[in-house]
Amino acid sequence: MNRSVIALIALLLLAIPLSLVAGRAWIFDLDRPDALLIIAELRLPRALLAVTVGAGLGAAGAAMQGYLRNPLADPGLFGIAPGAALGAVLSFSFGFAASGWLLPIFTLVGAGGAMALLALLAGRGGGIALFTLAGLMIASLAGALTSLVISLAPNPWALSEIVTWLMGALTDRSWADVALAAPLTLAGIAVLALAAPALDALTLGEDAARSMGVNMDRVLTLLVIGVGLTIGSGVAVAGIIGFVGLMVPHIVRPFTDRRPSSLIVPSALAGGLLVLVADSVLRALPLVSELRLGIALSLIGAPFFLWLLLRLRRGGGLGLT
Amino acid sequence: MMEAINLSLGERLRGVSAQIAEGQVTAICGPNGAGKSTLIRLLAGVLKPTDGEALLDGVRLDEMPARARARAIGYLPQEPQIAWDLSVRNLVSLGRLPHGDLRAEPVEAAMAAMALDEFADRPVSTLSGGERARALLARVLAGEPRAILADEPFAALDLAHQASLARHLRTQTDNGRAVVVVVHDLALAHNLADRVILLKEGGLLAEGAPPEALSTANLHAAFGIQARWLGEPGAWVLSHSIDGA
Repeated sequence: MNRSVIALIALLLLAIPLSLVAGRAWIFDLDRPDALLIIAELRLPRALLAVTVGAGLGAAGAAMQGYLRNPLADPGLFGIAPGAALGAVLSFSFGFAASGWLLPIFTLVGAGGAMALLALLAGRGGGIALFTLAGLMIASLAGALTSLVISLAPNPWALSEIVTWLMGALTDRSWADVALAAPLTLAGIAVLALAAPALDALTLGEDAARSMGVNMDRVLTLLVIGVGLTIGSGVAVAGIIGFVGLMVPHIVRPFTDRRPSSLIVPSALAGGLLVLVADSVLRALPLVSELRLGIALSLIGAPFFLWLLLRLRRGGGLGLT
Repeated sequence: MMEAINLSLGERLRGVSAQIAEGQVTAICGPNGAGKSTLIRLLAGVLKPTDGEALLDGVRLDEMPARARARAIGYLPQEPQIAWDLSVRNLVSLGRLPHGDLRAEPVEAAMAAMALDEFADRPVSTLSGGERARALLARVLAGEPRAILADEPFAALDLAHQASLARHLRTQTDNGRAVVVVVHDLALAHNLADRVILLKEGGLLAEGAPPEALSTANLHAAFGIQARWLGEPGAWVLSHSIDGA
């Protein structure tokens, strides 16, 4: 285990207890009535869910960037999370969301389907420009279809529920959500890790990877399943939380040897840490109503993306050659 | 060691048969669009033929397990990419992927063979074109393949670096390896190769030792030029008459 992984685990172990204490009401005194109940039933599942969702986003972002050899790849920007959201909104509007497992099935299929469509359209040698365009088109198509479903919502309450949910948040989540998302996300990260050696080979391009014995169909299948599981389960429990998959691999990359395989686990840990810290800070902010996590991370993430574009334009510093 | 039998890929390559011997450098030459890259990619097992077969020790490449093929044949693509700014050592160690190990000795040996020791920890983005070409070749060597297939490894290198890379490639045949290179520079092919495969429009025009395969008649047939080899120390005289120009 390398130093960045150990440091990230240490930071997470520090951040989780802190996040249990932090909130609109800080809890320092465990003897206080309801303190244990609040921590055990509200804050602990919420903290674990933040780590889970962030870990999935970070790992999926790292794997997508490795597969596509594109430092701008992100599950949210390139249509994967919007695909999952479309699945979720469909399940809401059909009234399936109440029945436990149907919502995640819809989001998993939505995320996996969007990833497969993206890879078919532009993956593998399509070039950064084509891929970005295809990703943006899938994102806008999924967004448009989502809006269509919303506009056809059967009643104002359903509409309000869908729109609020889409903004992405971890408010009022329970152990049931953790039990749903954690195993799926872990399985997704494990599937992405299986693809890691092939992602390393892809550093040298598809032809070189094939000549090194990489089966491209297998890698794509692993990516579709892994991204589908991580993003699909994340969207199912937290709505759309953007830019984590873009930002985290960039923050982590300088601390690794820059091989895509060295990036997946640290990105998962750093993604979990980022979402956990962001969610705890938002909860503690003295605002009238809590700022939605998805909105807050987009407010940080979008300028980060612009900064990346500027660096890319100036020709360097993105870990590319 | 390797053999192409009636190897075809659609219209891009039509029924090419050729032998690749171990301990020799084989150059694939021909005009643009002749099918040079297609042939070397078929021999590397990166492409599957539509007809005919590519054999390694009598076994069809497309019927070999991919990892076994990858351990036996090291392939350096045309215009090789390096997507992430790895250190030279990490780049070279990618060559171990077909073996599923990260043994240090072959990696260090490959870097030493390509005179890269002092660059081992440098990011590849800081290398010159010549150093980068050597690092990419070292990646292939780290896999300890029996055959090295390189598609235009000399492109974009100045004369000194071409000569240096040619020397490094030549040395590899001393270990009994087969080396196959796609080369545009016919003088380089003449100086470097033991055998030449000359292609034209997807078909085999000539195969043999450089003086025969690159004879004046063959060059005229392939390129439409009048040219002849002056012999050692080696230089081409290209007459002024280029057909159609």
